[in-house]
Amino acid sequence: MNDFRVTKPKFFATTKKGENYELRADLNSEYRDRRKDAIKKVIANMTVGKDVSGLFPDVLKNMQTEDLEQKKLVYLYLMNYAKTQPELVILAVNTFVKDTDDINPLIRALAIRTMGCIRVEKIIDYLCEPLRKCLKDDNPYVRKTAAICVAKLYDLNPELATENGFVAVLQEMVSDSNPMVVANAVTALAEINEASITKDIFVINTSTLTKLLVALNECTEWGRIAILTALADYRPSDSKEAEHIVERVIPQFQHVNGSVVLSAIKVVMIYMRTIKTDEMLSQLVRKMAPPLVTLLASAPEVQYVALRNINLILQKRSDILQNEIRVFFCKYNDPPYVKLEKLEIMIKLANDRNVDQLLSELKEYASEVDVDFVRKSVRAIGQCAVKIDEAAERCINVLLDLINTKVNYVVQEAIIVIKDIFRKYPNNYEGIIPTLCQNLEVLDEPEAKASLIWIIGEYAERIENADELLATFLDTFRDENSQVQLQLVTATVKLFLKKPQTTQNIVWRLLQIATSECDNPDIRDRAYVYWRLLSTDPQAAKAVVLSGRPVISVQGNTLSGPLLEELINNISTLASVYHKPPETFLGRGRFGADAVQRRAIEEQEEASRESPIQAQVKTNIENLLDLDFNDNSTPTSNTPPSSSKSTDATANVDDLLDLFGGSNINNDLSTPPQSSSSNNHQNNGLTNDLVSLF
Amino acid sequence: MASAIFVLDLKGKVLISRNYRGDIPMSAVEKFMPLVLEAEEEQVPTPCFTHEGVNYLYIRHNNLYLLALTKKNSNATTILLFLHKLTEVFTEYFKELEEESIRDNFVIIYELLDEMMDFGYPQTTETKILQEYITQESHKLEIQVRPPMAVTNAVSWRSEGIKYRKNEVFLDVIESVNLLVNANGNVLRSEILGVIKMKCYLSGMPELRLGLNDKVMFESTGRPTSRGKAIEMEDVKFHQCVRLSRFENDRTISFIPPDGEFELMSYRLNTQVKPLIWVEALVESYTGSRIEYMIKAKAQFKRRSTANNVEIHVPVPDDADSPKFRSSIGLVQYAPEKSCLIWRIKQFQGGKEFLMRAHFGLPSVKNVDDPDKKPPIGVKFEIPYFTTSGIQVRYLKIVEKSGYQALPWVRYITQNGDYQLRLPESIKNNKMTPI
Repeated sequence: MNDFRVTKPKFFATTKKGENYELRADLNSEYRDRRKDAIKKVIANMTVGKDVSGLFPDVLKNMQTEDLEQKKLVYLYLMNYAKTQPELVILAVNTFVKDTDDINPLIRALAIRTMGCIRVEKIIDYLCEPLRKCLKDDNPYVRKTAAICVAKLYDLNPELATENGFVAVLQEMVSDSNPMVVANAVTALAEINEASITKDIFVINTSTLTKLLVALNECTEWGRIAILTALADYRPSDSKEAEHIVERVIPQFQHVNGSVVLSAIKVVMIYMRTIKTDEMLSQLVRKMAPPLVTLLASAPEVQYVALRNINLILQKRSDILQNEIRVFFCKYNDPPYVKLEKLEIMIKLANDRNVDQLLSELKEYASEVDVDFVRKSVRAIGQCAVKIDEAAERCINVLLDLINTKVNYVVQEAIIVIKDIFRKYPNNYEGIIPTLCQNLEVLDEPEAKASLIWIIGEYAERIENADELLATFLDTFRDENSQVQLQLVTATVKLFLKKPQTTQNIVWRLLQIATSECDNPDIRDRAYVYWRLLSTDPQAAKAVVLSGRPVISVQGNTLSGPLLEELINNISTLASVYHKPPETFLGRGRFGADAVQRRAIEEQEEASRESPIQAQVKTNIENLLDLDFNDNSTPTSNTPPSSSKSTDATANVDDLLDLFGGSNINNDLSTPPQSSSSNNHQNNGLTNDLVSLF
Repeated sequence: MASAIFVLDLKGKVLISRNYRGDIPMSAVEKFMPLVLEAEEEQVPTPCFTHEGVNYLYIRHNNLYLLALTKKNSNATTILLFLHKLTEVFTEYFKELEEESIRDNFVIIYELLDEMMDFGYPQTTETKILQEYITQESHKLEIQVRPPMAVTNAVSWRSEGIKYRKNEVFLDVIESVNLLVNANGNVLRSEILGVIKMKCYLSGMPELRLGLNDKVMFESTGRPTSRGKAIEMEDVKFHQCVRLSRFENDRTISFIPPDGEFELMSYRLNTQVKPLIWVEALVESYTGSRIEYMIKAKAQFKRRSTANNVEIHVPVPDDADSPKFRSSIGLVQYAPEKSCLIWRIKQFQGGKEFLMRAHFGLPSVKNVDDPDKKPPIGVKFEIPYFTTSGIQVRYLKIVEKSGYQALPWVRYITQNGDYQLRLPESIKNNKMTPI
């Protein structure tokens, strides 16, 4: 192996005035070496971003040469500057065409490859004849290059590629004797098919299928990926055929290239939908696990993609890595993006058998320095508690340990998740409330504050100094975040309903501030509603404010069925990494009807991922309490107050408006709206959803 | 499928690029660094992200970024692996891949980029094959280079007509032990990642067959496993020369090897093994004055084996100073740049146990905002003539049509992989006697 670092002429020499002038002279020099050095200097200038397009004719003169390296450099120059000199490119055509007839296959391929990259109309007309020749070349290296060139031509001018029969030739090339040619033909056909309007250019039938399966075992790693991707788009006619193909695909699990492995897994995951034999299915699940685990030994970037895909695969086949939670334990030196993905997967794999081990890991992570990772780890403890009933108490204990560390962000995060645990297991762990309340003063994040205030309101009857705790916020009410304010209003009302004797003063003062000094209409309106409710019918108020809440569960991290299926079809692609359908991030059609709708669903899921509670909101339409108050945020201002007695969702707001006019509230509130449009949830911010639940 | 590939320096300046498809404005690369920095501030930057219809996929290598742009829903795994493959090929060509070697070799880099990817699809990426027709010197030769047959052959990794006077094969079986032990001394995870590396100096087109003490194969052939134990490999990965369908059918490892050095296969075992080098630590810390360590290292393998070049890295606070060490064997050094002490033991015989004590001063004022990082203890070692899994090469059959005899040589070695033991919490009850 030669050492390329030995002394070489300096091609990146400092810019002098008139450098292009000198270069031009050198390019036209009578000495071969000087001309070649000049070309290298031109390319060096191009590399650092200097404009050397002015030298086009002079560089072009050097195209015809026996020196392969020089030819490559001139070709490279042409590719870069053809667009700037479309008139002059025509001068290169002759040499190109001649080169496609060269006796050296390397030059024939180079010429056809480069011609395809020069995206200038004038060249295309001259491309067809050489391309036709190269597609039939004796040498497979030329043929495989020509195959890709058809895709290049199709990209520029689909009609030309079809009329000249190139697409048909490609279809024949799938039967080529050489596996590399087959692979590139498949690649080109797949690309053309995707770009075509009819989508009927690459249809796999029984005979092509056989050829693909044969080529799969013979071609390079990249060729295998192309073939596997094509197989993934094929829909086997029945369970038998699917099993047959899958058996031929499975050996690819042993390939060293992770992308081959993941592409093979994609085929298997898709075909499993068609396979009906239970035995076969469980065998496939078993066989997929080890290669998935091995992907975690790849480079971190590849690990990341693998983890995102494992996340999808687990949602579809939850039994797949059930005994492998240990392999997802974070290493100290894992990059942050890998750690966070591992956390998500660990929660998915958590069960009552491994939860102890998992908890001690999570506790360990919570003492690391990366704040984001620490928070997610604490959150994961909460998710374990909500997911596994038997482990809730152990989770609580770990969280208490963490609160005792007094690390500010750990405490805040712990309190947020404890609120979720209280939601899931009401009246179980009130014993820890005093410990939580001791930390009230250190809380400075709205979500943590709101969570603790919710807990205080919820358990007001058992917290002796609940009134004192809430009273501390009276003076600072105006400075609080709206999330905290909303929670304060509700918690104080709860407190009053539970201990009416001693807390009249505080609730009155708070409602006073909230209605008179608060600019936020949501908060003001809610305070008004409570006030009316309390002053008119305390019993109704109790029924509304202290009503039971539905149980929460951890479904936040799961995708909806159809979206999941679509993402499984896209395993290993960017869509599988983003967990979004392709059209949401592709430039084109981003505003198409379907895309917008999908995105809306996606947004919902994105939101619900944040907290298990919000996931519940979406599904729980019966929770009337939330819904009316949610509506406050938008429609109050733009709904004409005409249909005051109707019972649909928007009219309900009008009812509330009527309240202020002094009409009888009992009637209205005793017949709460039965239906409400779920789009409210999409429109309202997270804050509203979260707070409204309490 | 990638639209364009860029090599950038850490500031985001493009050193070299290749536009493969012309379907993305090359100026999109200017947004790359700002987007990464923005992501760093907001949350965690990930190796792929999308912005205004352009998808960015990147890896970092030394002081370089390798970046691919695409506007389609491309295969992310393929692109990222291709970028890694690029660094591999460049490194094999230029020995070191960094800013300077990019500048010095721009001509050949353009050639490689042209050959390794066409219209955004990876093509030939085997360094050995590329080196046959892309060399800096090629232009000086009067003979015309032609594409090696291997580029398009079914055997795309070996050229014909290779000749050696003496036909030899060297097999290295190397096992790396990954270990994660928590602060209480419980093993959380232990796995063995093995590779079999080959150095092939064989003429012609030899057919090789490798036999291992593979449990699955023994079972399927009904062969008794009386002679020595058989091992059960959890997952096996092969170089592309190995016929995967044959392995799937009857566990035969058969192949035509590439010429020279390559990695034939890798395997993974999840069997719980006794940690080969066990380290226990006792930490006593007095904030504002000093911190003391007592480290016990034990070699938990057979007496007849010896671990060489053992290094035990024990993390210490960033602001520790004035180190004092005492050890029953080896050499202890303070490495402030890594915030750790390194205990080096040249030869560590199986069954032995050694002690080391360390003492550091701590500054009296500590920056409270400085969070305490808790890196684990790391251990490096090499144990020759020994594999943890017990894997054995039973035979290597070499058949070539000219009928020559070839000698296979086999070597075994076990070394550390990701070998981490979490450091226990420091105690404060002054149990240790002063050094």
